[in-house]
Amino acid sequence: MSATQARRYIGEPVKRREDRSLLVGTGTFVDNMTPLGTLVMAVVRSPYAHARITSLNLDAARRAPGVVAVLAAADLAEDWKAAMPCAWPVTEEMRNPPHYPLTDHPRYQGDGVAVVIAESRAQAKDAAELVEIEYESLPVLVEVAKALDAGAPLVHEELGTNECYTWVLETADTDQVIADAEVVVTRRYFQPRLIPNAIEPRAVLAVPGLVDDVTLYSATQIPHILRVLVAATLGMNESKLRVVAPDVGGGFGSKLDVYAEELLAVALARRLGRPVKWTEERSEGYVATIHGRDFVTEYTLAATKDGKITACRAKVHAAMGAYLQLVTPGVPLLGAWIYSGPYDIPNYSVTFVGVFTNTTPTDAYRGAGRPEATYVIERTMDALARELGLDPLELRRRNFITEFPKTIASGLTIDSGDYVASLDRLEELLGLEALRDEQRARHASGSTKQLGVGFSTYNEMCGLAPSRILGAIRYAAGGWDAATVRCLPTGSVQVITGTSPHGQGHETAWAQIVADRFGCDIAEVEVLHGDTSIASIGMDTYGSRSLPVGGVALWHAAEKVVDKAREIVAHELEVSAEDLEFADGVFRVKGSPEKEKALKAVAFQAWAAHDLPDGMEPGLEATAVYDPPNFSWPGGAHAAVVEVDTETGDARLVRYVAVDDIGKVVNPLIADGQVHGGITQGIATALYEEGTYDSDGNLQTANMLTYLVPSAAELPSYELDRTESPSPTNPLGVKGVGETGTIASAPAVINAVVDALSHLGITDIQMPATPERVWRAIQEAKS
Amino acid sequence: MTTVTFGVNGTSHTLDVEPRELLAFVLRNRLGLTGTNIGCDTSSCGACTVLVDGVSVKSCTMLGVQADGAEVLTIEGLAGPDGLHPVQQAFHDHHALQCGYCTPGMVMAAVSLIEHGDATSEAAVRHGLEGNLCRCTGYHNIVTAVMDAAATMGRPS
Repeated sequence: MSATQARRYIGEPVKRREDRSLLVGTGTFVDNMTPLGTLVMAVVRSPYAHARITSLNLDAARRAPGVVAVLAAADLAEDWKAAMPCAWPVTEEMRNPPHYPLTDHPRYQGDGVAVVIAESRAQAKDAAELVEIEYESLPVLVEVAKALDAGAPLVHEELGTNECYTWVLETADTDQVIADAEVVVTRRYFQPRLIPNAIEPRAVLAVPGLVDDVTLYSATQIPHILRVLVAATLGMNESKLRVVAPDVGGGFGSKLDVYAEELLAVALARRLGRPVKWTEERSEGYVATIHGRDFVTEYTLAATKDGKITACRAKVHAAMGAYLQLVTPGVPLLGAWIYSGPYDIPNYSVTFVGVFTNTTPTDAYRGAGRPEATYVIERTMDALARELGLDPLELRRRNFITEFPKTIASGLTIDSGDYVASLDRLEELLGLEALRDEQRARHASGSTKQLGVGFSTYNEMCGLAPSRILGAIRYAAGGWDAATVRCLPTGSVQVITGTSPHGQGHETAWAQIVADRFGCDIAEVEVLHGDTSIASIGMDTYGSRSLPVGGVALWHAAEKVVDKAREIVAHELEVSAEDLEFADGVFRVKGSPEKEKALKAVAFQAWAAHDLPDGMEPGLEATAVYDPPNFSWPGGAHAAVVEVDTETGDARLVRYVAVDDIGKVVNPLIADGQVHGGITQGIATALYEEGTYDSDGNLQTANMLTYLVPSAAELPSYELDRTESPSPTNPLGVKGVGETGTIASAPAVINAVVDALSHLGITDIQMPATPERVWRAIQEAKS
Repeated sequence: MTTVTFGVNGTSHTLDVEPRELLAFVLRNRLGLTGTNIGCDTSSCGACTVLVDGVSVKSCTMLGVQADGAEVLTIEGLAGPDGLHPVQQAFHDHHALQCGYCTPGMVMAAVSLIEHGDATSEAAVRHGLEGNLCRCTGYHNIVTAVMDAAATMGRPS
């Protein structure tokens, strides 16, 4: 191997460079930072789900030791130039009642009513206990299904209704096609309310500078979007606000928001001239950080007697919670185009009704809109198969889209895929025949441990998103991302990305992409992110977008650098740029390979700028902003094998097999890790997690003791494989992987639980399939 | 205030602590050892796990005053002069961390599990790590890493 022979990194399981600091305890999580003079903020929250404050006495709290300030809603009213932002008014008529960081009319348990600033955390918490508030409680609504009932309590009295919006996407005649169909199956499903539980609670530190500027450190997925919206909400000059997302301990959508505490910390740091820090306590986070899901969906499939599906229709009622957060009303829309799944269904109808409830606001949680869609499709596919007397996989095979690109009935175009290949591979790995034999044997023996096998074949749209489409569906911002590649004069390479990782390994994966393009050692490529003073433009990390948008921007930036370097070399060697080939980090003249110039040498030359082509700017760097022409379209086939104890109702996963098609893979180690985590959150939805309120709006699952985040002991190891249909819409052929597992897994697990009990006549178990629910279903079936 | 003396990562500290201060906060706020993360307030998540006299303890379940006379090992003290501890190395090799927030506690719990001879099978490792929650990895690679580290540590050097 010659000295210039480049290693190939793309596609290799390169171990992560992020790991070391996290493994030795030197991570830069926000709560680890305490600049001199830092004050600590505590938020006083409403214990009532709906109430009006009738009296407020802050005197005792203000006199408590170490207290610097105690403020209620009226004290800060002048600080807000706008209400808290919602970036997605999905219809022109959508109701968006204003919401401020503190209120005197709380509408959910946990709504902030006062704030205490003190010298220490203990003093702030002690003083918060001394805030005296009297409330007049008001009628409470918690159930989505009851939100539009006549006489239902109103979350916002002034609106006269709990309806936030109605949004429809349909082809003509869908209702008629369903009315005329040979076979129609309609089912109603509840999607439990989920509490994201990133293991790092949210944390905020606002540090005032000397020139009327503020640095906001936040455990956020979206430093760039946050900067725009904090500046707008506070009426700050955006240039005076720097936002830093240091090491961030997971997000899953829960840190994709503009939160009251971020606004409060910046406002108070400016008022007090000292750093202000707030660190969420876990139980506080259960009410103060967004929730996900909480949908009620009626889903219909119409088909011919031989199993060709002719129409699908979804009628969805989705909880907004008490207010609209950043993208709350848009969450259902993120699944709006894929209620036909990977199937060729010509008639299509989706209706979303967003409703307010006296609950913590919902917003994007891993998969956002697409798990909700896939769940009802895949459950109903099994129900339709039973109705038709068909094998559930055979029904899927008869309806798969097989030719790409495919414009589907909802109007979008799926760029690539091979759903048949994924399912074929899944069947190979699973050994279905042996499992069915075992299942029959347990039926015959009357075993108390029944076996079930469930499937989910799915697709999803991710890689958010083409800006024009976002504009057409009324999202306020674009879906592009940006990258800068800078060749430093000493030969190393600096990459600046607009994505904002919080566990996804961008520092490693992005270095793989650039090192391959430049033919250099990966250690020479440094990746910077998450600080708006370094990465000034970007659209951050969510919606499985970082690689198919930010990674592709990076590829384009690297191309621009190569192109500029090529011009410099051509000038020096007195050949035309077309006569140069670039490989392994070296430009060579075609036909005269002894005439060569290394990219690293060009970097120095461009910096010295002694002999550049006329009119060329010195320096070797380029920025690319990439706006994707289409969403990206992963897909695949998952299978769950469960064992259900018919005496206790306990359903346990025995095996989980997943075959995903995420296009080209940059780092299989990282991609598999994303799939593992995604699957686990879907399994958790299916079997364990559910946020519940009592009728007074008290969150009953308000801490980690009562809300079951699964541990290693509840789960099996996973069996993964991939098929590969490269995306033709981007030069890397990549599709995104962050959400596939969560989107696919919940219906596979519930289909498996139902399969285990189908010999008893059971056709449905509501998520999560807790031992109690399963046991009750068994008892009802027996009686 | 109560005066306590205890060792942390081989260094002796004498501190005046409030009787209500949890060990986790003493480590983080008084000694600046922020590698020990806090992930909950119900002793559920295990992010703050440290070793106290060689036994894994969620440092949010113990008061600082209770550490008087003890020797505490935190994540900062685990790697030796020769580099990463075998459990840290295995976590790196098997991509057993993503966001890394649960990692210090998970690693310390795994060290204790292995040193006590309890990492004997996949099922035993899964059971042994029941008190440590991770939201990113689905535990798959953590379990692989702990099994691998157990094999490495069990091998005569």
